[in-house]
Order: sequence, then structure tokens, then C-alpha cells
Amino acid sequence: MAVSLNHTEGLTDNLFHYCPGCTHGIIHRLVAEALVELEVLDRTVGICPVGCAVFAYNYFNCDMIEAAHGRAPAVATGVKRVLPDRVVFTYQGDGDLAAIGTAEMVHVAARGEKITIIFVNNTVYGMTGGQMAPTTLVGQKTTTTPSGRDAGVAGFPVKVAEMLAPMEGAAYVSRVAVNSPKNIRLAKKAVLRAFRTQLKGLGLSLVEVLSTCPTNWGLSPPEALRWLKENMIPVYPLGEYKIPEGDT
Amino acid sequence: MARVLMKGNEAFGEGAIRAGCKYFFGYPITPQSELPHYLAKRLPEIGGLYLQAESELASINMVYGAAAAGARVMTSSSGPGISLMQEGISYIACAELPCVIINVMRGGPGLGNIAPSQSDYFQATKGGGHGDYHLPVLAPASVQEIMDLMGLAFDLADKYRNPVMVMGDGILGQVMEPVELNSATEVSLIPKPWATTGTAGRETRNIVNSLYMEPEELEKVNLRLQEKYRLMEKGEKRWEEYRVEDAVVVLAAFGMVARIAKSVVDRMRSAGIPAGLIRPITLYPFPDEPFLKVLRTTKTFVVVEMNAGQMVEDVRLVVGYRRPVHFYGRTGGMLTTVAEVEARVREIWEGLK
Ligand SMILES: Cc1ncc(C[n+]2csc(CCOP(=O)(O)OP(=O)(O)O)c2C)c(N)n1
Ligand code: SF4
Repeated sequence: MAVSLNHTEGLTDNLFHYCPGCTHGIIHRLVAEALVELEVLDRTVGICPVGCAVFAYNYFNCDMIEAAHGRAPAVATGVKRVLPDRVVFTYQGDGDLAAIGTAEMVHVAARGEKITIIFVNNTVYGMTGGQMAPTTLVGQKTTTTPSGRDAGVAGFPVKVAEMLAPMEGAAYVSRVAVNSPKNIRLAKKAVLRAFRTQLKGLGLSLVEVLSTCPTNWGLSPPEALRWLKENMIPVYPLGEYKIPEGDT
Repeated sequence: MARVLMKGNEAFGEGAIRAGCKYFFGYPITPQSELPHYLAKRLPEIGGLYLQAESELASINMVYGAAAAGARVMTSSSGPGISLMQEGISYIACAELPCVIINVMRGGPGLGNIAPSQSDYFQATKGGGHGDYHLPVLAPASVQEIMDLMGLAFDLADKYRNPVMVMGDGILGQVMEPVELNSATEVSLIPKPWATTGTAGRETRNIVNSLYMEPEELEKVNLRLQEKYRLMEKGEKRWEEYRVEDAVVVLAAFGMVARIAKSVVDRMRSAGIPAGLIRPITLYPFPDEPFLKVLRTTKTFVVVEMNAGQMVEDVRLVVGYRRPVHFYGRTGGMLTTVAEVEARVREIWEGLK
């Protein structure tokens, strides 16, 4: 049998703790592969979030820092300003980045911090038990919106890629999904492009990745992939929202 | 030997630079703003970085990142801003990262006012943020002492891999005094092999963390931290004694208020009343020795503070019920005067007879 997927040096040998069918694992792999392909793994510092990826420091095979809920972009700023020739990335969920960490996210974009944000949007707070996130779809049931998110009560989804792309300091902003082999390949391209943007020193790069949470969505892994395609992508359209000038 | 006239807030900045600090992340708040003003100008001159954050939450977390990357780094604020930083300070304490935090105190609670106060003593010395942790807290009483203590602050931070707070009230930040510039400690940076700088040239990955899911593991971390605090308590207590040898009434005060208390001691002495002063320079670890030492001659203690009575609890903890411990303080940014304190001490003295 032909092996189509080898172990990447970008990840340690530790086994993921993620639920079966959770796409956090795929996203980890894409980021790890990109760091290896760009030959920057040994000069990379990653910042972990609070949320299901809280243990990401066990998986990425580079120096890692665990940050407080939402503060990863500020921590990344501190690292990058001291070590401007290192590659610095944050890996954050939607609760982490788009709720408690809104200010930090907006201001790294405003400053044009030369860091890369991998933003995992699964429309819920995974780790704490499936509560509503800023990204929860209108009508979506969560443990804190048991009869579906009512926009009149709980407001509307926060669209991070659309929000940050117009900011002058944001150099590369894209939204991808990891629900199909084709989309995973496109996601990999986006992640590579994000890190290249950082290496060129152009400003903030952010990749919003639409991800699944079969556990809190109450769906099987295949159903979750389908739900992502049918419900999330229409609200969160995929594509490159901002590319560096002259970088076609 | 350069002697210059300098504001306290500026001395925090110049002292930090002379201690080898090249990075400052902060957010404006009165009455400490001259410190960021000063560093915004000075740091670029020495190839360092001044960066204004979007909030105190961000600035302390930028400090966290810069410290993890191995830099000597500082932030500054006043009460309300320090409250916001407590989340980050707790994380930094657990992740065991060195940094220096300046608190130029104003009146609280809440938005309070911008007048000088010492009301953040509890917050600084008893943890402040969540979890069991301590910071060494230094309390200079003059602009010169700010300059002299900044080197120590950074050295303690590196030595113990711990955040260190240097605290003064608003007057200390605003007052101008002559300063000898060369009295700062020599900069000798210790290596930081634990820093997250990228794995190049290193066998293992470095991880800066404050998460320990196994209770046994987290307890071990806590025990190690407590051991560190015991070491600080053993080796880092600092204080000044003034005319205490035969003192029957001993005043205790820290920071600028200690200077008022000193004048009170002089006036009592000229009136034939044997008074003395103990001025803690480290508020944590709290210097118990000078209080225990004077128990032989001292009949009573008077703690003077610009708050509702915070350090008085630490003095009581040391002295116990062996001697009465009185308190005199003003709050809300009201200054204590020499006359007021003297009146209170005389009253206590009369009661003794
Ligand atoms: C200050 C603070 N508030 C709340 C929490 C609790 N908490 C842990 S994870 C989390 C939600 C994370 O959700 P998200 O970022 O969407 O990540 P996911 O778990 O979905 O991967 C919350 C609220 C915390 N750790 N710290
Ligand atoms: S709770 Fe959801 S996001 Fe978290 S690991 Fe499980 S499936 Fe993934």
C-alpha cells in the first residue's frame, strides 16, 4: 500500500487529544508542514490559546508559549518585537480570538504586526461545553442558545476575515475550510502564503479556517463535514480577502 | 559623577535603561505618564523599543511575550491599570518569567482620583491576581532611591524568574529631586537557556506554560513556587532604621510617607520623646527583623500610611499581641502632614505615661 501521508517533522510524536473527527488535527498538520517546507521550524515560536487547542504546545515541534484566553496576539507581539527575525504564530479558536480577544486581534492588525494568526472557527466554544461563540450561526443550537441563536437576543455572527481585511496593517487575510481534500489543499496554500507574508515582513497575516466540532454539534464526523459545507460556508464565504500588493 | 534634576517618573525610566532594560510596553494613566513619555524618547536612542499597547491587558501580555523571548522588559501603570494587569501577572508568576512592573499609585477604589495614595499595598503584596503567588515589591522613598533600586528590581526578577513590582505614590512620581546617575547597579545579564527563541542550536524545545492539568503536578509547581518565596523571604528583606536604638515609640511607614514620619521622629526627639522609624524598602518580603529587634525597648508602634490601614496588618502579624500597634492614615488622595502625624503620636505617647 502506498503511504500518502508521512510523519511531518513539524509535529512531535505525541498523540492528539482531539475528539474523533475533529478537524483541529488537520489544521495542526497543515501549519506544521508549512513551517517545515519553509525551513523555519527551528526559528519559530508558536503561541497556544485557551480552548480545545490549549495543549498545542505538546504537538508543534518548535518553541511554544501558552497564553491567557484571548491574549495570544499581544504575547506574539512581545516575542516578535524582541526577536524580529523569528517566525511567530498564534493558533486561536473563535471564543479565544473573536470574543475575549477581540481587542488584541484588531490591534495586531492595526499595528501591522508581522505575525501569523491561525484562526480556527468552529462556531462554538468547544472545550467548555459547546456554548455560543461570537461566530455561532443565527438559529444554531448551542448549550447556551438551546432554541437556536436568536439575533434579537444574542446578536449576529462576527465575521473576522471580512472585519480585518480592510485594515491597513493586515497584509494577508483569507478564509479556508478543511472539509474536503480539495479545500484542505487550498487551506495549505493559504497557510504557506500567510507565513511567506510574515517572512517578507509585510504585516499581519491571518488564515481563518472553518473547522468542525462533531462533539458539540452533536453530529457524526461525516455529518459534521456536511454541516460545515451546507451551513457555515454560505455565511462565511471562502477566499482570499486581502493579498499583499503585487503578490499575485 | 553626573548629578541631574529629575522627576520620579523619569527616574523609573532612566533607572530601567541603566539596568539594561530595552523594551517597554504600556498604556497611559495619570500620575505615571511622564515615565512612558520619557521612555518613548529614550529607548529608541539606545536601540530599544517603546510600544504603546491598546490596553493594560495587552501591555502586560506583550511583556509576557518579550520576557519569554529572553528580554529585560518593563511596563508601568497606576491602580486601575494594574488591576487589569493582574491576569497577566498571575500567568507570568506561574510561567516564571522575569519582568518589572511599576505602579505609581493613585486614589481608589474604582476610578478614584489621580491624587497620590498608597492604597494598592494589599494588591501588590498579597498576590493581586488569582492563585497563590507573590512578587517582590520595592518601595523607594526618593528619586535617588528609585534610580538605585531599578537595577535591583531587574536583578531580582532574573534571579528568581519572577515579576517584580516597584511601587510609589503619585508624589514620588511627580516630585523633582537631584539624582546621581552613576549609582545604578552594574548590568550583568544572566543567561536564559529556558527562553523561547526558536530551537536552533538547542537539543530540546522550550515551552513557556502555566497549565498543569494533573493536580499532583500543579501542586508540585506550587510547592516549588512557595520554596522560591521562602528563599526571597530569607535573602531579600530590605529596610531602613532611623533612631530606633532606644526608641520607646516606633513609627513604621513606607515610600514618601516615611519622609513625613522621619520629620515627626525628629520633632519628637527634640521634645524629648524617644521616637524612631522603621521604613520597609521591600514590602514583600516584609522585613520582620527590625520590628522584632526593637521589641526590647519599644512600648508601642504607630503605622502611618496613605490608605485605610494595609501595611499595619503586616506589622501586627510580626508584633502579634506583644505590643500595641496603632494606625494613622488618610485616604482618597489626602496627604498626611507632619503636624497631623505628630499630634497622633503625641496622643499615643501621652496614653503610655
Ligand atoms: C479568562 C478566562 N475565561 C474563561 C475561560 C474558560 N474557557 C476555556 S476555553 C473557552 C472557550 C474556547 O473556545 P474557542 O476559542 O472557540 O476554542 P475551541 O474550544 O472551540 O477550540 C473558555 C471560555 C478561561 N480559560 N479564561
Ligand atoms: S470539543 Fe469540538 S473542537 Fe474540541 S476537540 Fe472535540 S470536536 Fe474538536
